[in-house]
Amino acid sequence: MMQRHFDEELKTLKEQLLSMAGMAEQSVGKAIKGLVDRDPQLAQAVIEEDSRINRLEVEIEEICLNLMARYQPEAKDLRTIAMIFKIVNDLERVGDQAVNVSERTLDLLREPLLKPLIDIPKMAALAQQMLKDSLDAFVSQDAELARAVCRRDDEVDHLNDQVYHDLLVYMTQDAKTITRAIDLILVGRHLERVADHATNIAEDVYYLVKGTTIKHRLAGD
Amino acid sequence: MSLATECLSAWFGSNRAVKEITIAIPKHQATAIIGPSGCGKSTFIRCLNRMHEVIPEARVEGKVWLEGTDIYQEGMDPVQIRRRIGMVFQKPNPFPTMTVYDNVAAGLRLNGVRNRADLDSAVEEGLRLAALWDEVKEKLHSPGTSLSGGQQQRLCIARALAVKPELLLMDEPCSALDPIATAKIEELIYHLKQKYTVVLVTHNMQQAARASDFTGFLLMGELVEFGLTGKIFTNPSDSRTEAYITGRFG
Repeated sequence: MMQRHFDEELKTLKEQLLSMAGMAEQSVGKAIKGLVDRDPQLAQAVIEEDSRINRLEVEIEEICLNLMARYQPEAKDLRTIAMIFKIVNDLERVGDQAVNVSERTLDLLREPLLKPLIDIPKMAALAQQMLKDSLDAFVSQDAELARAVCRRDDEVDHLNDQVYHDLLVYMTQDAKTITRAIDLILVGRHLERVADHATNIAEDVYYLVKGTTIKHRLAGD
Repeated sequence: MSLATECLSAWFGSNRAVKEITIAIPKHQATAIIGPSGCGKSTFIRCLNRMHEVIPEARVEGKVWLEGTDIYQEGMDPVQIRRRIGMVFQKPNPFPTMTVYDNVAAGLRLNGVRNRADLDSAVEEGLRLAALWDEVKEKLHSPGTSLSGGQQQRLCIARALAVKPELLLMDEPCSALDPIATAKIEELIYHLKQKYTVVLVTHNMQQAARASDFTGFLLMGELVEFGLTGKIFTNPSDSRTEAYITGRFG
């Protein structure tokens, strides 16, 4: 195989992506810990640190455009850069969801705990694992792992419905719970979105590895 | 080694092919000069080591500063300039009657090097720098012309490097080569710039995009735009550059 210095540039790009992914994962982890531990400092930190993720998104997009313009990549090289260009967008949105969760946490801390959190931490754990697996699939170029991530999205959706219905019961029974219940419903919604972004990433990884898409086709799977 | 031009113009008879170009070539970087056929890019690069004046009726005005000295000032020896600023041409042109070894050693011998050990080590170093050593070390005494086109071009690069120039000018170095040989030369440019400043003329703008750090766009003898290659190819400042690199003309 011939040495190409393009490969070094591609390697740097992948490292940048993984460092951004690490930040996004950490952000979600901290946001959930802040919520569960009722820790306003942690929630605040997530909000403040989001700008680092945003900056990296812009930097990586610029590198992708630069590489496409300069090297006219083909085949897998092209798919890699095009998918990284998309993945950074999902990671940036994951960071935003962590910020949203933290903002809800700060709201929730103004009042006593509505109910012990059971399904939300479960959802968070699932969404975080999906995110981690989608990025592991990227690193190991594992299309099957990527496909498996997509399948798990339904579990998170299901838990989200459950969270919504449980909290609806609280709200119909006692109007004083409405603010907190809505905050928690939103937290569920934000975590469900994290899982959606992980699914998008996994679909992109599948396309990167295989060159065929599995998007929008999983309904009958 | 720093190289810069100041109001550099070049003529063929009454026809001015290069018009008042002022440019500072960044050190230890690869600079590509692009532009449509007839834009003056080859003429420009040939002015940088006083090769333009060898053509009858050709003349140059303006200055070319090599490390603070104008190479056109009186008393400068063009042969010495060309030794300090090596050049590789469009078509591989190894000396036809010479072996691989003798081709690389030719410049050194002209400069009076006779010691066999010195020649051996300079030939090996030149061939290694040109990423050709491993392919030819067993056939150093075969004719240079027995090599493939891509190898011959790297042999010419080795020949240029053997005399230890400070800069390397390449005038369409890949236009006679196939894509694999081209890729090898482009890789070589990437490695060479660690030791040399490289100026590359190419009509292949993808090559400029891939192989250079800085790009200058010439049109009708004028330097329209000069800047970082990444910038030129993603967001050029001049609409004429944009039109050229997107294939709307040229």
